[in-house]
This record gives sequence, structure tokens and C-alpha cells, in this order.
Amino acid sequence: MKFGVLQFPGSCDDLDALNAAGRVGDAELLWHSERDLKGADAIVVPGGFSYGDYLRAGAIARFAPIMESVIDFAKDGGLVLGICNGFQVLCEARLLPGALLGNMNRRFTFRQVGLEVLNSGGSFTHGCALGERLSIPAKHSWGRYYADAETLAAMDRAGQLVLRYAAGQNFNGSLHDIAGVSNERGNVFGLMPHPEHAIDELVGGSSDGLKIFESMRLTVEGVHA
Amino acid sequence: MIRARVLIRPKAGILDPQGVAVERALPALGFAGVANVHVGRLVELDVEDPAQLESMCEKLLANPLVEDYEIVLDE
Repeated sequence: MKFGVLQFPGSCDDLDALNAAGRVGDAELLWHSERDLKGADAIVVPGGFSYGDYLRAGAIARFAPIMESVIDFAKDGGLVLGICNGFQVLCEARLLPGALLGNMNRRFTFRQVGLEVLNSGGSFTHGCALGERLSIPAKHSWGRYYADAETLAAMDRAGQLVLRYAAGQNFNGSLHDIAGVSNERGNVFGLMPHPEHAIDELVGGSSDGLKIFESMRLTVEGVHA
Repeated sequence: MIRARVLIRPKAGILDPQGVAVERALPALGFAGVANVHVGRLVELDVEDPAQLESMCEKLLANPLVEDYEIVLDE
């Protein structure tokens, strides 16, 4: 299978995402001003500071030409993973519910976080066990997940709350300790921590991040764990 | 062209850590009697058609899920 990794001016985790995706499949960068997804089976919207994060994180990037193709791809059921700034872009594009607000501690914060898998039946986490704890780095200023109470209740019922920060690990103040959510259909997933930085125990604290990319490969290839 | 200002604020009920920080800082500087501090953004722009401003706010200038906006036109 082939991953397409978007690249905006200001992306900085695009090459790590390319490297991580390349561990489980083929992977190619897709430049923001292009429209061609080049036959990708799954899209990764990477972390960084797309278009300088001017106005609001992700607010400008969502209007990039490549995003028009990604929105169509998602509406056709294609797999789209948004990491950190990519999560913000997918929320701004309304491919995911809710929004990401400034961290409660008002600081850019970088730390290894423990995450709990709340839904191991989805396209991005079926390579994980229910309740499994993943150790993945997070690094951001705008990671406080917010959606109104009615939306959150509907997401909970539909299994869209996929990952949460383990007890004591929610440094950004996200509601219900939410770290990663999917859309209702389950083909679009966003998370603030960085699975692409946790693919090698030597430098990533764990290789747990690979499970997300591996789950995507299994989904595309029609293999159900 | 008409000069417009768009005031963007965090929606009521959403925690505003910047506002909280400012509210705590003011008494520390000796300014008593300060409450309900919120920090937002100001966008100033000249527009030919002010009727488009609301759509601009909904699509780009504000995130209506978490922010309220107020359009002020300079007469």
C-alpha cells in the first residue's frame, strides 16, 4: 500500500511521518499546492506549523489546494490520519468534530505521554488491544481538545473517542482527557501525540507509534486484526 | 473602501487561560477590582462590500465552534 504525506510550508514532522509510513508501506510526499494524491491509499497530515499557524493553527492550511483533494478522498471513505498540526487542520476542515484550544498551562510542552486505547475496533487502532497503553511523545501549544457536551456524548456513543491520556498525563486540559478522535464513519482520525516519533525504542521512547501506521496498512489491505 | 474591525472572543463557558493569567496578574500590580478578563483577537480590514464580512468570519477569521465574533464598521 502507499501512504501520501502532505507537506505544507511550515510542516516540520513531514519527513518523520514519511519515514514511519515507509516502515509499513510505500510513502510519498504530496506538496500543498498540488491536487494530485498520486494514487495514495491513505493520507497523513503531519505536524508542524503549516502557513506559520497564522490566525489559528490549521486555519489557512485547510484551504490549500491539496486539502480539496483530501476532503474529497475522505468523503469517499479514504483513510486520513492527522497528527498534531494535522489534527488541527482536520478539525478546521470539519473532517473531525471539535477544535483544539491553547494548552491550559499556556506553554509549549514536550513530554512522553501514556495513552489508553478506548476503541480498538477502528481503522487506525485495530492493531492495538482494548485498554492497551501506548507511550508516545507529545509536543504542542494548542492541544486542548474541545467539543460541546452534546457532540462529546454522541462521539462517545459512536466510539469516536479513540485515545485518551492516561491518568495524570493530560497536560493540555483536553476535555475528558481526549487525545485522539475519529469521525463518525471512522475513516478520519486525529491525535495530538506523535506516533511518527515513536517508531524506534532507541530514540522514540517506544515503537508504539508504529501500531497506528500498521493498523492503517491492515485496514487498506482488508486484513482485520 | 470601508474600514472594519472584527473582534473575536472565546465563547462564554470555554475556559480562557490567557484571561485567567491576566486577571491574576493585575491585582499583583496593585490594580484591585478586576473581574471577568477575557483575551481575544482583533482583525482590522478595509472592505468594499461589508456584507461579506459575516461570511469571512464564519469561513476563516473566527472558528464559530469556539469563538464569538463582533463586526464593527467605522462610519
